[in-house]
Amino acid sequence: MPAPANSQPKAMFAETRFTRKKRRAELIAKWIFGAMALAMIIPLALIIGYLVIKAAPLLSWDFLTTNPTNGMRKGGIWSALLGTIYLVVVSLCISAPIGVLAAVYLNEYAKENWFTRILHLAVVNLAGVPSIVHALFGLGAFVLFARLDRSIIAASLTLAIMTLPVIIASTKEALASVPMSFREACWNVGATRWQTIRQIVLPNSISGILTGVILQVSRAAGETAPIMFTGAVFYRNIEEGNLFAYSLKDQCMALSMHLYTVTTQVTNAPEALPYAIAVVLLGAVLLVNASAIVFRVILRSRKKW
Amino acid sequence: MRAQRRPIEVIAEKGIEFLIRLCGISAILFVFAIFFFVFREGAPMLGKIDLGKFLFTQTWYPTSLNQARYGVGALIVGTLSVTTLAMFIAVPFGVGAAIFVSEFCGRKTKEALKITIELLAAIPSVVWGFIGLTVMNVVIQKVFNVPVGLNVLNAAILLALMSVPIIVSIGEDSLKAVPDSYREAGLALGCTRWQLVWRVLLPAAKNGLLAAVLLGVGRAVGETMAVLMATGHSVNIPHSVFDSVRTLTATIAAELGETSEGSDHYRVLFLIGILLFSITFAVNLTADLIVKGIRKK
Repeated sequence: MPAPANSQPKAMFAETRFTRKKRRAELIAKWIFGAMALAMIIPLALIIGYLVIKAAPLLSWDFLTTNPTNGMRKGGIWSALLGTIYLVVVSLCISAPIGVLAAVYLNEYAKENWFTRILHLAVVNLAGVPSIVHALFGLGAFVLFARLDRSIIAASLTLAIMTLPVIIASTKEALASVPMSFREACWNVGATRWQTIRQIVLPNSISGILTGVILQVSRAAGETAPIMFTGAVFYRNIEEGNLFAYSLKDQCMALSMHLYTVTTQVTNAPEALPYAIAVVLLGAVLLVNASAIVFRVILRSRKKW
Repeated sequence: MRAQRRPIEVIAEKGIEFLIRLCGISAILFVFAIFFFVFREGAPMLGKIDLGKFLFTQTWYPTSLNQARYGVGALIVGTLSVTTLAMFIAVPFGVGAAIFVSEFCGRKTKEALKITIELLAAIPSVVWGFIGLTVMNVVIQKVFNVPVGLNVLNAAILLALMSVPIIVSIGEDSLKAVPDSYREAGLALGCTRWQLVWRVLLPAAKNGLLAAVLLGVGRAVGETMAVLMATGHSVNIPHSVFDSVRTLTATIAAELGETSEGSDHYRVLFLIGILLFSITFAVNLTADLIVKGIRKK
């Protein structure tokens, strides 16, 4: 090895020009990549802050609990809010059982073969189908073919199929995280496949499954395109304060659709109105997502294996 | 010796297993059903129009009474231009952020960043569209001094922000999949992290990163509400990023409500749906094959 440039016997790892340069390069790299990551976060914070400030004059409890009036220029968002809740709950009731069972099949039953391979591809592609194509499908299949007309049930079915991959993916991950030895122990004492799944696999992965369900809720609440032609309408008045004001065969308003309508179709709406709708919608979705994250963090800290 | 189970239990279990299998194949059924029902509504139009004309001419006059023309060329160009520009913005930032998350930051920063990215991904597209219409519109008018802020650039920035989360998360996965021994070998040879990233990690993870970009493309092509509100919605071949365009998805969303069921216009919109379905199907399939290819290695 050549002797160090300055031959004073300092510490063995004294800083040479080379290492200094190297360290600087590392710092620069870190800052550049860090800035790129920040470039995504700053707009998020700025946008949310801006929306909230603009919406502030209108945000109140009354805004949530009164119907829109005066051609949607005055009043609140009650019928839209309740409509969104209906759509989310009904679509959840459809997609959660199917999605969880599908994930159970994929993770517990499916063998490694070409069919399973195609099944995986189908799930991936179902997740990638554009939302507007889901809308066309919902219109063709549920509204026209199944004669459900434009209704909450038709819109919810469309949303359910659209959000199915979310539930399948996260449930599958939760099931896969249950160690194989748990199953083997159970089989060894003579349990059947289904008994093992019900007594061991599902209880051990229930929180992961719930996280997926929560994510489905947030996804379904924010979608606009799939419900535009399958059940959501521009305007509908319902009884204020009555949680059961819609029936499944009714058409409903929805927050996301309401935001679109107020922004693009209603003239002379007060300036703060669309901002307030956006903040309620965004707030609801982010709250749901944040709860999923908190849930997951708690879960990971409690994990026993 | 075998403990006897009551027949009802055995039957119930068989029933449940049947249900599980049925749900298991539901994804395939749904994909076929989507294709079938969209095709069913659009198919009668296939005999009536010339596919070449449909795809490659630019005149979109669907509502003209005696001379309706359905050329989606301009719409395809619109979708392509918005998607391409969005990827030019999203790919460097997305890959850069993925590298930062996977290689440069500590555990706590990493957690915080991943959570933020997840929240970014959760913002509904109609809210993005609203932001494009109100905030970005004005910003672009002021900054670039152009008369209309609803244009390719506006929509591309929104789409970039929407597809960055998927690029980051898949990109980070693929960087994580590069064995640590590669990193150790590089560092032992005395290379800087910078060199490590350029010469070792990016080449090793390039397939995964490609898949990440493709999934981002899939998301951007299929996005509806944001581009509907932010592109300016005029059928137009853009000459600069400040021109308004219209995309395939936005056309369906804007016009389907105004057509009568069974009319030519209505069926053409379903044909556009099939076109979109095929595009995203091909993109996602390719991305998936690439990802699977990595896993096999």
